[in-house]
Amino acid sequence: MKNPVLEIKDLRTSFNIKGDYYAAVDGVSITVHENEVVAIVGESGCGKSALALSVMGLHDRKSTKLDGQVNFNGQNLLTLTRSRLDKVRGKDIGMIFQDPMTALNPLAIIGRQIEEPMDYHMKLSASEKKKRTLELLRRVGIKNEQRVYEQYPHELSGGMRQRVVIAIALACDPVLLLADEPTTALDVTIQAQIMDLMKELQNQMKTGIILITHDLGVVAEMADRVVVMYAGEVVEIADVKDLFENPLHPYTRSLLNSIPSNMEGKEKLHVIDGIVPSIQNLDRKGCRFAPRIAWIPEEDHEEIPEMHEAAPNHFVRCSCYKTFYFPEDRVGEREYVATNS
Amino acid sequence: MLKFILRRSLLMIPQLILLSLIIFMLSKAMPGDAVTGAFMSNPNVSQEQVEKIREKLGLNDPWYEQYGRWIGKAVQGDFGQSYVHKQPVTSLLAGRIENTVLLSLFTAIVIYLLAIPLGIVAGRWTDTWADKMIVTYNYFAFATPLFIFALLMLFLFSFILGWFPIGGSGNIRIDPGSWEYIVDRAKHLFLPVMSGALIGTYGTIQYLRNDIIDQKIKDYVKTARSKGVPEGKVYTRHILRNSLLPIAAFLGYEITGLISGSIFIESIYSYPGLGQLFLQSISQRDFTVVTALVMVSGAAVIIGTLLSDIILSIVDPRIRIE
Repeated sequence: MKNPVLEIKDLRTSFNIKGDYYAAVDGVSITVHENEVVAIVGESGCGKSALALSVMGLHDRKSTKLDGQVNFNGQNLLTLTRSRLDKVRGKDIGMIFQDPMTALNPLAIIGRQIEEPMDYHMKLSASEKKKRTLELLRRVGIKNEQRVYEQYPHELSGGMRQRVVIAIALACDPVLLLADEPTTALDVTIQAQIMDLMKELQNQMKTGIILITHDLGVVAEMADRVVVMYAGEVVEIADVKDLFENPLHPYTRSLLNSIPSNMEGKEKLHVIDGIVPSIQNLDRKGCRFAPRIAWIPEEDHEEIPEMHEAAPNHFVRCSCYKTFYFPEDRVGEREYVATNS
Repeated sequence: MLKFILRRSLLMIPQLILLSLIIFMLSKAMPGDAVTGAFMSNPNVSQEQVEKIREKLGLNDPWYEQYGRWIGKAVQGDFGQSYVHKQPVTSLLAGRIENTVLLSLFTAIVIYLLAIPLGIVAGRWTDTWADKMIVTYNYFAFATPLFIFALLMLFLFSFILGWFPIGGSGNIRIDPGSWEYIVDRAKHLFLPVMSGALIGTYGTIQYLRNDIIDQKIKDYVKTARSKGVPEGKVYTRHILRNSLLPIAAFLGYEITGLISGSIFIESIYSYPGLGQLFLQSISQRDFTVVTALVMVSGAAVIIGTLLSDIILSIVDPRIRIE
């Protein structure tokens, strides 16, 4: 087994809403190893972005409560002071943001924005920084790097800007990259280009990557291991191959079942009932996915759902996966479906 | 850039022509004319004599002929004769424009010196006691009428405490250019400037505070933090640069507003500036002076707008003109 780069242990991120704290990330434990791509998937609102921001310490400290541990390089990032944390982020951990249209400072030239982390983490002269920046720009696939160096963000296209955002994250050779839906804000052709770029960079640089996405196609293409999150909890962890071949948790199975496939053209698309509950209305007892698979009897769920190692390195929460089925797959239970839809 | 300024300046010409036309027509539309104020109230001047003067001054000509005469002279810097002061309007204004410019310039400087740091503190440390105090001060400044505040300042610091002169712009017996002269001018300026500035800060403070609060949750600030930029630098290098942009853009308008808006201050401190002259001239029906003054402040607005455009195009790369 390779060395772990990042160990998240029982992380709980709670936000203050009108005086009470509600956990958006509720006891998540994930380990990322060297040169490993861990994808975190889940619907909007399941806490995957909150998880990434917690690791980076980017939440507003006053209205956020962080419990648990985020161990990186032998220190718990959650307990570091602001100035100690600033020595880690941007240097050993780089972050790629979702929306390249807003992630860059509109008033600074691209070159300066890429050089900025070097100002704080590397002892380089101005000309060395510039040289390194131009090299980075080339590496993220920008051909006219001399020109782009002097340009402002508004002069670049969305795809170009996302390349710049990636260059910023890579500026100081991080050992861990956090990519928070790096392709969501881009159109499909650009998405493919950016994914190719990330794969290529990962092969070259051997960094650990946490890839947050709700695009299962991206997961299949890039990830080594997949963490499925639902309502603030991890519900399944498996190697990417296992997960796609043998998904266990009802939520994972429902997600995979909801992908439109072009093989069977006329079949009705599977839709998961209901929505992810908001963190204020979430029932934190029992299996959190239970309300959305109401045809599964209550006794099939655990009272306090635990993670089970169902197969080697394949973990799943709650016992409901054992008896779960899709109602449309079972003939003779039509009436039951009708009462529930 | 130079081309842009030139083009923008050329655009001012039709604006100024239109402005002059409107001002001239409006002043003609007002009840009474130049003669009314100067002679009508004098019982020694008969009605026939008044008519004769009207004819002689060309006041019975059609408006466009009068306008043509006026504008022809005006572009040469001659706004005619003041009926009340019996001297050319241009020289009358020249003596006072310096006073007003000094007053508004120092007021603007003090406003920015106060408002920018206070706005930054309130925006960066929102909901702390410092922020609450600044916001309270701001509401106070916003709610206080200028003429009452100025009167109170005058009453307290000049009348009761006697620290500053009651009015005027300077002692004429002191040699201009000497150190004493500068101190004397400063003493006369202090209260008018402070009265205007202390309660003139609210716009800038409020704007800056709100903009910083807006900016600090923007994505690019997250990017900056994720780079490991220390908190202080996050503000100076990223947030403030963006938040000061609109403030810089308002600079032109702000100065214009001060030039044409110091009527209260100048009247209360009997400070011989354009505002005071304006008020006097209206009540005395000194039309040539009023038209010239409106023209000057109108031109100031146009120039202020130009100034704002130029400043903005310098500081904001997104609207920079190549």
